Amino acid sequence: MPDNLLTIADKSFSSRLIVGSGKYLTNDQMAQALEASGAEMVTVAVRRVNLSDRSAASLLDHIDTSRYFLLPNTAGCYSADEAVRAARLGREAGLSNWVKLEVIGDEKTLFPDNEALLEATRILVAEGFVVLPYTNDDPITCRKLEEAGAAAVMPLGAPIGSGLGIQNPNNIQIIKEASSVPVIVDAGVGTASDAAIAMELGVDGVLMNTGIAGANNPVDMAEAMKLSVKAGRLAYLAGRIPKKMYATASSPLDGVIGT
Amino acid sequence: MNIVLNGETYKTDGPLTIGRLLSHLAIDRRRVAVEHNMNVVKQSNYDSTIVNSGDAIEVVNFVGGG
Repeated sequence: MPDNLLTIADKSFSSRLIVGSGKYLTNDQMAQALEASGAEMVTVAVRRVNLSDRSAASLLDHIDTSRYFLLPNTAGCYSADEAVRAARLGREAGLSNWVKLEVIGDEKTLFPDNEALLEATRILVAEGFVVLPYTNDDPITCRKLEEAGAAAVMPLGAPIGSGLGIQNPNNIQIIKEASSVPVIVDAGVGTASDAAIAMELGVDGVLMNTGIAGANNPVDMAEAMKLSVKAGRLAYLAGRIPKKMYATASSPLDGVIGT
Repeated sequence: MNIVLNGETYKTDGPLTIGRLLSHLAIDRRRVAVEHNMNVVKQSNYDSTIVNSGDAIEVVNFVGGG
């Protein structure tokens, strides 16, 4: 079965792994990890320029934008208004109309505020944005986001940066089954097996940042994630065997010596 | 006159364009986005948009994020 591309809106990507650019020790380390991840889409945050220290190198000096498609996020926004403003600024700075939409409802969990997320999605879709909302793993919210015009839905596997893995695989599967836009598991992946589990559920892609950037060796972890996303996708397409209570012999039952 | 630049009071000699403000701050205009009184200013309008006393300006760029 040909399965090479992740297609969202009018763009296709050959990698199903989307990576963040935050939390790396150095820009060089980030660049190496991006390379090792094989990702083609990279999230970035929109923040005030540091006016008191203009010496810091620009992030964009370290991300080759002819190779990586930049996905500006609205991280840190706690209302629809703030998120919409950040999205508009991101569009102007990045010259693309794509946005990873986050509207956070709570500082401790960083869970999304679904109501505000829906409101911001509607506003940005009307303005011509390609909206990829980061959402709870709630099938109803995902359905509403799709109805509001989201180009994909991005349910969390677990809280941002928690590394807990896929906490509610049933919901992720229900979301995938019910969605006609791509489903990207965004947040919560702690190690390679978590990414593989997400992909084995049949989702279209995985987005992660801390799972790679926070590893002891981010470059090696980026490669591990690349392989696990591929492995998980392949296993999903191959079709796993059903789980059973008891053993089924792999070797023939006839012709065993001594019988 | 005073403006509010990235949330802080900032003094200028008088009204000026966004373009002048950015060059005064030594900011590469291709790497940032600018909001003037809550509205995004297109790069092509930097040299025709005047900042007046009391105006709020946000100058943002991309940083690492997830």
